[in-house]
Amino acid sequence: MDNINITGAKILYTIPVLGGIRITETQVNSWIVIALLFVLCLVLTHGMKVRGTSKRQVVAEWIVEQVTKLVRENMGESFLPYAPFICAILGLSATSSLTALVGAYPPTADLNTIAGWSILVFSLITFYKIKTNGFLGYLKSYTEPIKIFTPFNVLSEIGTPISMTFRHFGNIVSGVVISALVYAGLASVSTLLLGWLPGLLGKIPLLQVGLPAVLSIYFDVFTSLMQAFIFAMLTMLYIGNAVKTD
Amino acid sequence: MDPTVVNEATALINAKATIMAGCAVGAGLALIAGIGPGIGEGYAVGKACEAIGRQPECRGQVTSTMIMGCAIAETTGIYGFVTGLLLMLLAPSLFIKRL
Repeated sequence: MDNINITGAKILYTIPVLGGIRITETQVNSWIVIALLFVLCLVLTHGMKVRGTSKRQVVAEWIVEQVTKLVRENMGESFLPYAPFICAILGLSATSSLTALVGAYPPTADLNTIAGWSILVFSLITFYKIKTNGFLGYLKSYTEPIKIFTPFNVLSEIGTPISMTFRHFGNIVSGVVISALVYAGLASVSTLLLGWLPGLLGKIPLLQVGLPAVLSIYFDVFTSLMQAFIFAMLTMLYIGNAVKTD
Repeated sequence: MDPTVVNEATALINAKATIMAGCAVGAGLALIAGIGPGIGEGYAVGKACEAIGRQPECRGQVTSTMIMGCAIAETTGIYGFVTGLLLMLLAPSLFIKRL
């Protein structure tokens, strides 16, 4: 049972200022993901032409078109400047989760990463609510439909970022935990079944070949893309709803 | 050895064992939350199949809406899972430290 290792991000380095700022795997991997996306953007948008377009440009145009369509359908024409923001959330979330495929620690398996994004989205929602209704109108919206509902309204307001955070975090972490359990389980099963084989052959966990790959298609690829899409979708819906006046 | 010291040590070990057992049982109970989303998602998928059967041309839209709804319905199960995870990994050390 000692080979099951489910831990959070490892602390790689502690900067000795302000009582020690910790640089964890999360930060390092996030920066790697950001650098990857930056390089991808540079490659895709390099040397754009009006005629005789390259394949790279077609891909870039397809991405921009799809995200613009998504934002137009869910938030309306006036929110088109938000398309890059939504695209950034989609790309960052999907790429962060997909780093689990190469065995790295996915930054989205850390609660802090997604909590940061959720707080950003929550600030945007609150900003647009205040902008639409005015500050007093925003405060008054908590007492609707009757004054007794105020605590519930406050709770549901706080619940928005929390539920967004835990939905994304829980899905990614459940994948990580199940992968770890399956690996450990297959290792012990193969020592039981194949341990009698002579020499090194008995020590290699042969049963670990195959099954984890199938599981990782669901838990890593499908869940990652799904959660990225859902996070972006909820962002759009919440911000879009914030500007609606009854 | 002084019997009071032995008694105290036994009490400490018993308290630790109780904490570990309580956390494990709590984690198991928290994962019962998985039943709800299971039933709910099954119902949603069944309804989506009905809708596709009635109007096969709406297949794409129905499927994407269903997946979106399933992912949101999953939230309560995820809460249970996170609670279980906290009870398994964080709570034992937290409570044992307080002894």
